[in-house]
Amino acid sequence: MTAICATTAEAVAGIEDGSTVLIGGFGMAGMPVPLIDALIAQGATDLTVVSNNAGNGDTGLAALLAKGRVRKMVCSFPRQSDSWVFDGLYRAGEIELEVVPQGNLAERMRAAGAGIGAFYCPTAVGTPLAEGKETREFDGRTYVLELPIRGDVALIGAHRADRMGNLVYRKTARNFGPVMATAAATTVVQVAEIVETGALDPEAVVTPSIYVDRVVQV
Amino acid sequence: MSLTKDEMAAQVARDIPHGAYVNLGIGQPTLVADHLPEGSGVVLHTENGMLNMGPAAHGDDVDPDLTNAGKIPVLELPGSSYFHHADSFAMMRGGHLDVCVLGAFQVSATGDLANWHTGAPDAIPAVGGAMDLAIGAKSVFVMMTLFAKDGTPKLVPQCTYPLTGVGCVDRVYTDVATFDLGPDGAVVRAVHGISYDELADRLEVPLTRA
Repeated sequence: MTAICATTAEAVAGIEDGSTVLIGGFGMAGMPVPLIDALIAQGATDLTVVSNNAGNGDTGLAALLAKGRVRKMVCSFPRQSDSWVFDGLYRAGEIELEVVPQGNLAERMRAAGAGIGAFYCPTAVGTPLAEGKETREFDGRTYVLELPIRGDVALIGAHRADRMGNLVYRKTARNFGPVMATAAATTVVQVAEIVETGALDPEAVVTPSIYVDRVVQV
Repeated sequence: MSLTKDEMAAQVARDIPHGAYVNLGIGQPTLVADHLPEGSGVVLHTENGMLNMGPAAHGDDVDPDLTNAGKIPVLELPGSSYFHHADSFAMMRGGHLDVCVLGAFQVSATGDLANWHTGAPDAIPAVGGAMDLAIGAKSVFVMMTLFAKDGTPKLVPQCTYPLTGVGCVDRVYTDVATFDLGPDGAVVRAVHGISYDELADRLEVPLTRA
């Protein structure tokens, strides 16, 4: 059953210290800034955050990092022209970093959401990012064993939800949302609009309600 | 005369097959889009989740929900589609993408690619989709200058920077020469403003002529 929350504070209630939090967005597209602001106010700390980037500018994920709430970042592309908050923490040794190829980041979460215990992937074979990982040859090609990434919580942005929690997204803001929604114990979604059940075309639903726990309109 | 960035991009664009599904990396490779001929039928893929990506958006057309992999606002074209990240990278790994064009720090004569990390101790590593693209696309093209600012060649016997992929680069377009790479080494397809002999002299990799 999906809960429709009245406030972002209600939507992020109960997130515990030490949680792994999957945060949607590619740069600022799809980044659920109001949910992250609510998480900052809620106060959970010692977090592991999984997100494609490590914050842009001073808002959203960057603001959470600046508050010192994140112990470890798991991401594909931390370094950007506007990632000064993360860069400072990293250079000061105040945050751990696990760099994951972007496709592996997505597929490892997909695996978690789909009940796959591990998978063999050709990405990163022969590179530093495969060091120490098991490899195996299939059909003459080498693959690296990759493990799922599960979240305790996912914070994502979508465009519209119905009252059951079915979601549609908007353009490239979709990015990691549908995958993260499947990979977390509790999926929290901010949307621009909540519509009546039945108002979304079932053929157009991208994330079915089964993956969605809490929705808030922002 | 050696080629300008735009002339290099035009050379790459000319070699992209009609109707190909193509991913253009961040930076110089993006220029290739400007040189695709009218009616090329090329469909651009952007790894953040879109096919048939249009050109950069300006003014009132800018939509923060619609960007390319470099986070630059872009436009839709008729026939565009959106998909999530796991699908986007399945398109690469699954061998559905015909061509990707990437930048590079170094490429080895047998097609190893180094383009994500200089290995400098104070550098913050960032890989993005480079490793997935390098091993996924059917043809991997690199666009780069052949020599670094200090004159050191970037086409090398063995990469000294951390690798992005092993034996994955098929062709390298540079300002002074174009090479086909494979298990047997580098084949020179064309030279621009440099003689074959001078090229062979300045590179430490054995060359053969096409």
